[in-house]
Amino acid sequence: MKVFAFCLVFVTGVMLVMTAQDFPAWGDAHSAPNQYLSTYYIQHTYRDTAVPNIVTAVLADYRGFDTMFETSVIFCAGLGIAAILSFGPRNPKRRKRLGLPPSAEGDLIIQTTTRLLIPVTQLFALYVIAHGHHSPGGGFQGGVILAASFILLSLAYDLNMALSRLSDRLALLWGNGGLLIYAGIGLICVALGAHFLEYSALHAILPATDSVMARSHAMLGVEIGVGFTVMSMLFSIYTQLVSLGSLEDGL
Amino acid sequence: MIWQFDLYILVLLVVTAIVSLRVRDLLSAAMVSGVYSLLMCLLWAEMGAVDVAFTEAAVGAGLSTVFMIATILRTTRRTTD
Repeated sequence: MKVFAFCLVFVTGVMLVMTAQDFPAWGDAHSAPNQYLSTYYIQHTYRDTAVPNIVTAVLADYRGFDTMFETSVIFCAGLGIAAILSFGPRNPKRRKRLGLPPSAEGDLIIQTTTRLLIPVTQLFALYVIAHGHHSPGGGFQGGVILAASFILLSLAYDLNMALSRLSDRLALLWGNGGLLIYAGIGLICVALGAHFLEYSALHAILPATDSVMARSHAMLGVEIGVGFTVMSMLFSIYTQLVSLGSLEDGL
Repeated sequence: MIWQFDLYILVLLVVTAIVSLRVRDLLSAAMVSGVYSLLMCLLWAEMGAVDVAFTEAAVGAGLSTVFMIATILRTTRRTTD
């Protein structure tokens, strides 16, 4: 069986490598995607949206639907893990058997370092979210860094300490809220008579903006929504996984 | 693209991929797959895809390794096959 599986993987791999020969060369200006679509983005993005980072503009504006449902995938993953682990059949015996060894006392050096590190991490995460349309980054990366700062708190102290800062209920609420911010910005555009997520209509209600700057500002709003959802759902996934859904003990 | 740098990263990628599949200790496998993600992140950054590299560093090398270790802590550290 193992030999058969290896042969299958080997043949598939050889086919993949043979297909890769047909790819256009890296950075080839004459390949099909570089001739039409990329050229359009490079030439029009700054004029259309006043956003220098083309990647963010494509993700949050031109392909806004894609990013919205990507965020909802993260949200559904968090909900699914919470549903499986915390509402499943509870078996205290099994839970005890899998339980952690009695936790060691927190280490002074680690805890002090963490106390110094977390504010810097969170500040950097906020910068990544707020500056996402000018430099690499955005709501997703910033949200992950924020979640990592809470997980670091949980690793250095214990789970209850992290949950006292961001409780599970609040995390689920923020996860909802972030997605609602995203969909809400889209719905405001509909209410103003444009298409869903057509940000340029927002200049009617945003003060001192034209239809170009409105797209830039709406992208910031959308990134904030993504950041909320990603941060709270990833933290929720961590707490559920590490405590087997009980949220009582764990790292 | 600097081909020497590329070659070094790609060779290390293949080595870490094989090691993370072959090693018996699941905790080591999680660590090695974290290293794989970090190398992948270097490769993205070197190809000029900085946004993707950023995501790979934060999600792949950072959080997914933590998730895997959390799961190993609650299940078993030894694989049966």
